[in-house]
Amino acid sequence: MEFFRSHVLVCSGVNCSFRGSRSVRAALVEEIRAQGLDKEVRVIETGCFGLCEAGPVMVIYPEAVHYCRVVPDDVKEIVEEHLRKGRIVDRLLYKGEAQVKGVQTWRQIDFYSRQKRVVLRNCGLIDPDSIDEYIAREGYEALGRALRMQPMEVIQAVKDSGLRGRGGAGFPTGLKWDFTARAAGDQKYLICNADEGEPGTFKDRLILEGDPHSVIEGMAIAAYAIGASKGFIYFRGEYKLSIDRLTHALEQARAYGLLGKNIFDSGFSFDIEIKVGAGAYVCGEETALINSMEGKRGEPRFKPPYPASVGLWGKPTCVNNVETLANIPSIIRQGADWFRSIGTAKCPGTKVFTLTGNINNAGLIEVPMGITLREVVYDIGGGIPHGRAFKMAQTGGTSGGCLPEALLDVPMDIDSLATAGSALGSGALMIMDDSHCIIDVVKCFLQFFRHESCGQCTPCREGTQRLYELVDKISRMEATEKDVELIRRLARTMEDASLCALGQTAPFPVLTTMRFFPEEYEAHIVHGMCPAGVCAAASQIA
Amino acid sequence: MKMKSLDELKKLREKAQETIRLREQEEGTKIVVGMGTCGIAAGAREVMLALVDELQKKNLKDVVVTQTGCAGLCEKEPLVDVIRPGEPKITYGYMTAEKARSMVTSHIVNGQVIGEYVIAREDSGD
Ligand SMILES: Cc1cc2nc3c(=O)[nH]c(=O)nc-3n(C[C@H](O)[C@H](O)[C@H](O)COP(=O)(O)O)c2cc1C
Ligand code: FES
Repeated sequence: MEFFRSHVLVCSGVNCSFRGSRSVRAALVEEIRAQGLDKEVRVIETGCFGLCEAGPVMVIYPEAVHYCRVVPDDVKEIVEEHLRKGRIVDRLLYKGEAQVKGVQTWRQIDFYSRQKRVVLRNCGLIDPDSIDEYIAREGYEALGRALRMQPMEVIQAVKDSGLRGRGGAGFPTGLKWDFTARAAGDQKYLICNADEGEPGTFKDRLILEGDPHSVIEGMAIAAYAIGASKGFIYFRGEYKLSIDRLTHALEQARAYGLLGKNIFDSGFSFDIEIKVGAGAYVCGEETALINSMEGKRGEPRFKPPYPASVGLWGKPTCVNNVETLANIPSIIRQGADWFRSIGTAKCPGTKVFTLTGNINNAGLIEVPMGITLREVVYDIGGGIPHGRAFKMAQTGGTSGGCLPEALLDVPMDIDSLATAGSALGSGALMIMDDSHCIIDVVKCFLQFFRHESCGQCTPCREGTQRLYELVDKISRMEATEKDVELIRRLARTMEDASLCALGQTAPFPVLTTMRFFPEEYEAHIVHGMCPAGVCAAASQIA
Repeated sequence: MKMKSLDELKKLREKAQETIRLREQEEGTKIVVGMGTCGIAAGAREVMLALVDELQKKNLKDVVVTQTGCAGLCEKEPLVDVIRPGEPKITYGYMTAEKARSMVTSHIVNGQVIGEYVIAREDSGD
């Protein structure tokens, strides 16, 4: 085997790609060849490192030097100075807001050193197009071991781990598998939900881009446990790179006999088919997703029956999120006790968050469940840029809640966030500074819901529209106390009577902000002013 | 090739691990070659290529080779530092491809510093 003294890992995650990492990579390969170093230095495309805000990101081993915002024009200097002469290019190093000197290796950057990587353990480290590199990181070992266990033992191991679904609802994964395994019927299906329609969420996409085999392996183990011989990955249509990577990974896994007939000579056969959605938010809801796969309108079904008993084409079906499945190989390999040693008692393990908005280190992070919001915002996120003040953190996506500064010490896990009046959801974490107006932000969310409501049930179809109009009225300083009362009543109706969680949770952002930022509602309604100066400006123009 | 057992997977894994070891190790022996203009002029690139080749031949996976700039000892170039965990840093001077190869055998494999090539020693602590 060829030996290279240095590996240059160039991020090919979607965020860095948008910032031109492809041309950086091309320039690098060219320059390395031109300087005659191509026998010593290997260039590897890898998945998201996480620090997308500083992209395009590049890491050079063995030193593990981390370069930020690399453009093609920097390439010559990197090759000449770093790769040829071993001199670090200081100007491209990561610098925190208060730091004068750059930090050399990624391991020393707070953003990375404070994370706990289980799901993202291979992202930014391996070449996602190489099954061998995945195998080098203990890949497919868990599948081999699971196939030597009884399916019920595999389910028990997942139950013992305490893993809960990472797609939003937080349902215990082992229990869901158990229901599907016990459901009557010979034909069962497994679906990996990669629809990821939540605004501000891109974790599933980056997991699939950065480590596709971890999801395939997790799926094969899940399928064995529940007794499914066929699996599907339902992709969001826009996720082209994820789809390409996964297609390639499926081919490699089949070539190694890790998918297909008689895997590891165990008698178990399983394969995966890709389905591509058309980009409706509601199609991420598992029964709407199933309808869409059957060629029907993407509208949620009544539950019960749950998919575990009556799912795809009427057969027992288990629907799991990408991140949930990507946790499985590590749980089987390292055991339930190890998994339970991370996170909290009721919410073991880690959570992948997409950190966006007014935050210095925006990107993709993985932290133990139960870490405080403050640690995420200030220690990992590097604080709020431009010296502005933290105003709120929206957790759990559009249907989550907006937490004020007073709640910065809330632990980030499913139960604590629910108790605090928000949600963990799928891991969207949007930080907003004091230039934002609460009313304006909530209006944006409601605009999203009224657009995405599938229209099947009246409380959601009409409710999302009326809710939007009422909040719009507040932003135009035309609302009265009566409208606030109307919002509360409407919210209750929607929560009680909507068919699916879209309508049931749509009022959430209004209700939580009325609770946490009453003064801002009061300012708009009673005093006719917008403290952040956002609505006032807009209404003056209008 | 279709994998039939965990043993076959393990064999493949051991082979594949060599490819990525460079990215995983945080502590191991480090060989640093001076690659300033002076070093390159004195033949540092040949020294480095010889080191990489020798390490590969001897299958020494835990050793990394990196470079550094001019250390201010230009007349003694090519310079090579060897840093082994818990041992003082050893600096060799006037290196050649030939000397580099014997250094690998003696110092890296057998732990025997080649005294006659050494131009400096310092404690790893500082
Ligand atoms: C409106 C709506 C959108 C949803 N979108 C997604 C999604 O994009 N991805 C996802 O995994 N789950 C989504 N869910 C949750 C799924 O219905 C389902 O609970 C989840 O896929 C189960 O996987 P888990 O148990 O592994 O979390 C959505 C739910 C609702 C109500
Ligand atoms: S996409 Fe490159 S660091 Fe996230």
